[in-house]
Amino acid sequence: MMRFLLLFSRQGKLRLQKWFTPMTEREKKKITRDMTTMVLSRQPRSCNFLHWKDLKIIYKRYASLYFCLAIDNQENELIALEVIQRYVELLDKYFGNVCELDIIFNFEKAYFILDEFLIGGEIQETSKQMVNRSIEASDMLQETMEEYMSKPAF
Amino acid sequence: MPAVSKGDGMRGLAVFISDIRNCKSKEAEIKRINKELANIRSKFKGDKALDGYSKKKYVCKLLFIFLLGHDIDFGHMEAVNLLSSNKYTEKQIGYLFISVLVNSNSELIRLINNAIKNDLSSRNPTFMCLALHCIANVGSREMAEAFASEIPRILVAGDTMDSVKQSAALCLLRLYKTSPDLVMMGEWTSRVVHLLNDQHMGVVTAAISLITCLSQKNPDEFKTCVSLAVSRLSRIVSSASTDLQDYTYYFVPAPWLSCKLLRLLQCYPPPEDGAVKGRLVECLETILNKAQEPPKSKKVQHSNAKNAILFEAISLIIHYDSEPNLLVRACNQLGQFLQHRETNLRYLALESMCTLASSEFSHEAVKTHIETVINALKTERDVSVRQRAADLLYAMCDRSNAKQIVAEMLSYLETADYSIREEMVLKVAILAEKYAVDYSWYVDTILNLIRIAGDYVSEEVWYRVIQIVINRDDVQGYAAKTVFEALQAPACHENMVKVGGYILGEFGNLIAGDPRSSPLVQFNLLHSKFHLCSVPTRALLLSAYIKFINLFPETKATIQEVLRCDSQIRNSDVELQQRAVEYLKLSSIASTDVLATVLEEMPPFPERESSILAKLKKKKGPGAVSVTELEDNKREGGELNGEGDRGPDPAAMASSNASTPSPSADLLGIRSAAPVGAAPTSVGSLLVDVFSEAGPAAPSAAVNDDGFLSSASPSEDPAPPLSEADELLNKFVCKNNGVLFENQLLQIGIKSEYRQNLGRMYLFYGNKTSVQFASFTTTVSCPGELQSQLNASDQTSGTTGRGWSPDPTGTQHRVLTDFSDAPLLNIKFRYGGALQNLTLKLPVTINKFFQPTEMTSHDFFQRWKQLSQPQQEAQKIFKANHSMDTEVLKAKLLGLGTALLDDVDPNSENYVCAGVIQTKGQQVGCLLRLEPNGQAQMYRLTLRCSKDSVSRRLCELLAEQF
Repeated sequence: MMRFLLLFSRQGKLRLQKWFTPMTEREKKKITRDMTTMVLSRQPRSCNFLHWKDLKIIYKRYASLYFCLAIDNQENELIALEVIQRYVELLDKYFGNVCELDIIFNFEKAYFILDEFLIGGEIQETSKQMVNRSIEASDMLQETMEEYMSKPAF
Repeated sequence: MPAVSKGDGMRGLAVFISDIRNCKSKEAEIKRINKELANIRSKFKGDKALDGYSKKKYVCKLLFIFLLGHDIDFGHMEAVNLLSSNKYTEKQIGYLFISVLVNSNSELIRLINNAIKNDLSSRNPTFMCLALHCIANVGSREMAEAFASEIPRILVAGDTMDSVKQSAALCLLRLYKTSPDLVMMGEWTSRVVHLLNDQHMGVVTAAISLITCLSQKNPDEFKTCVSLAVSRLSRIVSSASTDLQDYTYYFVPAPWLSCKLLRLLQCYPPPEDGAVKGRLVECLETILNKAQEPPKSKKVQHSNAKNAILFEAISLIIHYDSEPNLLVRACNQLGQFLQHRETNLRYLALESMCTLASSEFSHEAVKTHIETVINALKTERDVSVRQRAADLLYAMCDRSNAKQIVAEMLSYLETADYSIREEMVLKVAILAEKYAVDYSWYVDTILNLIRIAGDYVSEEVWYRVIQIVINRDDVQGYAAKTVFEALQAPACHENMVKVGGYILGEFGNLIAGDPRSSPLVQFNLLHSKFHLCSVPTRALLLSAYIKFINLFPETKATIQEVLRCDSQIRNSDVELQQRAVEYLKLSSIASTDVLATVLEEMPPFPERESSILAKLKKKKGPGAVSVTELEDNKREGGELNGEGDRGPDPAAMASSNASTPSPSADLLGIRSAAPVGAAPTSVGSLLVDVFSEAGPAAPSAAVNDDGFLSSASPSEDPAPPLSEADELLNKFVCKNNGVLFENQLLQIGIKSEYRQNLGRMYLFYGNKTSVQFASFTTTVSCPGELQSQLNASDQTSGTTGRGWSPDPTGTQHRVLTDFSDAPLLNIKFRYGGALQNLTLKLPVTINKFFQPTEMTSHDFFQRWKQLSQPQQEAQKIFKANHSMDTEVLKAKLLGLGTALLDDVDPNSENYVCAGVIQTKGQQVGCLLRLEPNGQAQMYRLTLRCSKDSVSRRLCELLAEQF
C-alpha cells in the first residue's frame, strides 16, 4: 500500500500532505523534512526511486512542484510512478492546465480529488472519466463568477 | 489570485490565502494567522448563528492554518456540525476537516460516528462515499468498532452502487488493517472473492486490494481467488489496447489491475489445476513477449505501465521459482534493461535481478551479467543505481567470482558515497569470509578494508578477522607479517592499530625470527601509535604489551619502563591506570610459568553466526538477506570457525578468559555491545555469547519441563513419520549437529548437546521460500512405551518469517531408562494455501547418553569376560557400506560417544570402545569391538552390555554406520 503522498515546491514548501497510516504530528514533520531534503538534493536525470528506511520513495517533478509518494517495500515502483502521473492528470483535467497556485488556493479540491482516486493508500478508481464524474457531481452547486464576487471577502 | 470559475470557491478563503502568501516574514505570517484565529473564534462564539456557508469557510480557513503547520485547538464542533448539513460542499469540508484533524475526544467521536451512520443509511451514493472516505481516512479503532459489521453488508449488497462498493471495499481494508479482530469473516467473504468477476473494472480494482490482504491472512478461505484472478488476468492480457476504454492507460490495458492481479497470485503457490496453470503460464509468456514488441507510443507513461506489468510478472515467476524456462527468459529481459537508456529501468533491473540471483535456476544466468553490473558500479551517475549494483554484485557472488567481485567492491569503496560505505564494508567483509578458500586472501582483504575505509569498519568486522585468525593456525604467521607491514604506514587507521595490537600480542612470535621484525621492533612500532589512539585502543595495546612480556622476555625491561611511566600508571582514565598497575605488578612478581599460564594464547572461539552478517541483517531488516545466502553461510561457515565439533565448553572458556587479562575482553563484548575494553563484563558476556548462538530458547527450555505439547491445532492429526525418517535418524548416530531434513520449502538444522542423562537439542527452521509460513507449529511427542523411557519437552517459538528462525526450538530430553525408539517431531504450517504436515524422528538415540570410559587392556578383557551371558552379547557381521579408512572409522567411533581404547585388542586392526550409558535410574556399561576385514569389505561388530536390550539396540544402530 501507499504510506503517504507529499507535494512540495522547489523551495521545500509543503503544498499537500496525505498520510495513509496514523502518524503523530511530530513524525509527520520529521518525515516531511527528510523527504524534502532527500528529494531536493537529487541530481537532475537521476532515477525516480529511492530507498528510505523500509519504504520505497517514488518522486517526480512537475514544473515547480515535486510529488513524492512512499510505498511498501514489495510494491511496484513503476506503477506507483504512474499513480502520481494519473493524479496530475486528474488535477489537470479539473483545473485545466493545473499549476502550483491552483493547488495552493484550492487545496481542499486537491484533497477531494485525491480521495476519489485513492483511499486508505490503495487505488479506488483508475479511470479518469469515472473520477471526474464523481468530482463533478460534487460541484453540482455551480456558482457563477458573479455569485462568487458577491460573497464577503473575509 | 487565480480565477475560480468552477465549484464553490470561497472568496474569503482565497483572500486569506493570498494575504498569507504576501507575508514577507515568518513573524508577519504568524501575526496574520493570529488575527484570523481571533476573528474566527469570535465568529464561532458570537450570538448570531452562523450560516452554513460561513461555517464552511471558517472551518476551511482553520484547516488551511493547520496544514501550514500551526496548532488548532478549536473548531472541531463546528466541523462536526457541517457533517449534518444537507449541502454537499459543506458536508465535504466537514469531513475533510475531521479526516485531517481527527481528535480522539470521545464525545466528538460519538457525534462523528452518528453523522457517518446517518450518511451511510442515507442511500445517497455521494453521501455514502463521503462517509466511507472519512472512515478510511481516520481508520481509528472506535470507528472500526462502530462500522466493521456494517461495511461488509454495504459491500456485498445487491443494490449498492458501484462507486459505493469501491469505497466500501477499501474502507473495509483499512479497518481490517487497523483492527483485524473486529472484522468478522462470514458469508460476505465468499461473495467478496467473486467481485474479481465484476463487470465494472473500477470495482475489481478496488476489491482486489482487499482480497489480496485477506488472502495473505487467510489463504485457505480465499484460495478460490486464484483461478478467478488467472482468468481475469488472461482476459486483460489478451485484450486489444482499446477494448477496455478508459481503463486503458496509454495503450496499456488496465495496468493497475494487472499488477494487482499478479501481486495477488504471489500470495499462493503455483496453481495445482493444470488448466489454470497453463493459462497463467500463457499470460506470463504473453507479457514477456510484449516486452519485445515495438512500443505503441513514445510516451514514457506507455513504457512505464507496460514495464510495471512486466516487473510484476517477473516477481511472480521468481516467487514460483519452478519454471526454469520463464526464469531464464526473465533474466534475459532484465539483462536487456541493464543497458537501457532509462535510468529507472536500469535501477529496477538491478533490483529485480538481486532476487533472481538467489534462485538456483537463474543464478548462473544472472552471473553472466557480471561485467555490466561492475560497469554500472563504476559509471552510473546516480548513487541509488550504484547502490543497487553493489547489492546485485553481493547477491550474485559465489566461489567462482568472489575474488573479482570483492576486488571491484574494494576499489569502488575508495570513491563510494559516504552514505553507503558502511554497508559496503560489511558486504565486503562477509563475502571475503564466506568465500575465502585461502585465508591469506581473507586477511589481505580485511586489512585493505581497514586501510581504505577504516572509519566505516565497525567493531564487528575487526572482531571477526581476529576470531578467524585465532581459529585458523595456518594463517596466523601470515596475519602477523601482514599487519606488521600495514602498521609501517605513517598514518594508519586506529582500527588497524587495534587489529595489529591484538594479532602481534598473540602471534608476534611467529615473525620475531626476522631481524626486521624483532620483538623490540614490533613493540616500538606499536608504541609509536599509542599516543594517537583513543582510550579503548590504548587499553588494548597495554594488554598486547603484557602479552609481549610473556612472548619475548627480552622486552620485559623496556615494557615495564613504559608501564611505569606516569602517563600510564597515573593515567586519569581508570581503566588505563588499572591495567598499567596490574600488568606492571604481574610482570614483576609472577614466575615465567605463571605468566605463561595467565597469558596463554587465546583459545579458539566457538562456532557461531558471523556477527557481521547479523549486523547486516539488522541494518537491512529481516528478510533482506536471502535464504540461500544464509544456507551457504551455514554450510560454509563451519570451515572458518575451525571445523566443527569442538563443542563450546562455557566453563573452560570462561575460566581461561578470566585468567587471561584483557585482550580477550575486547572481543568478548561483541554481542552485548559493551565498549571495547570493558574488561569487568567480559566473563558474563562470554557466557551469554556462547548461549546466544543457540538462541534465547535455551534457558527457558531448561526450566520448562512440561512443554507446550498442545500447541498444534487439534483439528489435524500429525502425519505418520516420513518413510525416510529412519534413514535421517541414522545420519546422526555419530554426530550431533547438521541438517536433519530438507525439502523445497523447509530446511531443518539440528544442534544438540548431551550431558549424563540429559540432552538438549536445538532445531533451526529455515524457510526456503520467499513468503511467510502461516500458523507454524511444532510438537514433540514420544510414541508408545517411549513415554515411560524418555522425557521430551519442547519450547516452541513461531517461525513464520523468511530465512532462519531467530529463536530455534529447544527440545530437552531426559532419559529415564534405556530406549530404542525415537521421539517424533511434528511440524505443521501453511504454505500458500496448503497445510504442510510433516513428522520426523528426532535423532535421539541411546548412544547419545554415553560417557566414555578409559580402561587398560587388562580391565577391558576382565569386564568382557564378566559380560559373558549370551543375551548380553549382540553380534552382527555385515558388509561395509562406507569407506573403511582408519581415520574415518575412528572419527565415527568417537562420535558415538564412547572412549576409543588404543593398545587393548591384540590385533591392531581391530577397534575396541568402552562407555557407560547414563539413565536416570541406572548406568549401563557397554563394551564394543569392531573387527574390520579389509579384503572382504566386511565387519564383525560385537557388543556386550550389562543390559541386553541395550546391546541389541546399539548393534542395530551401529551396523548402519560403517
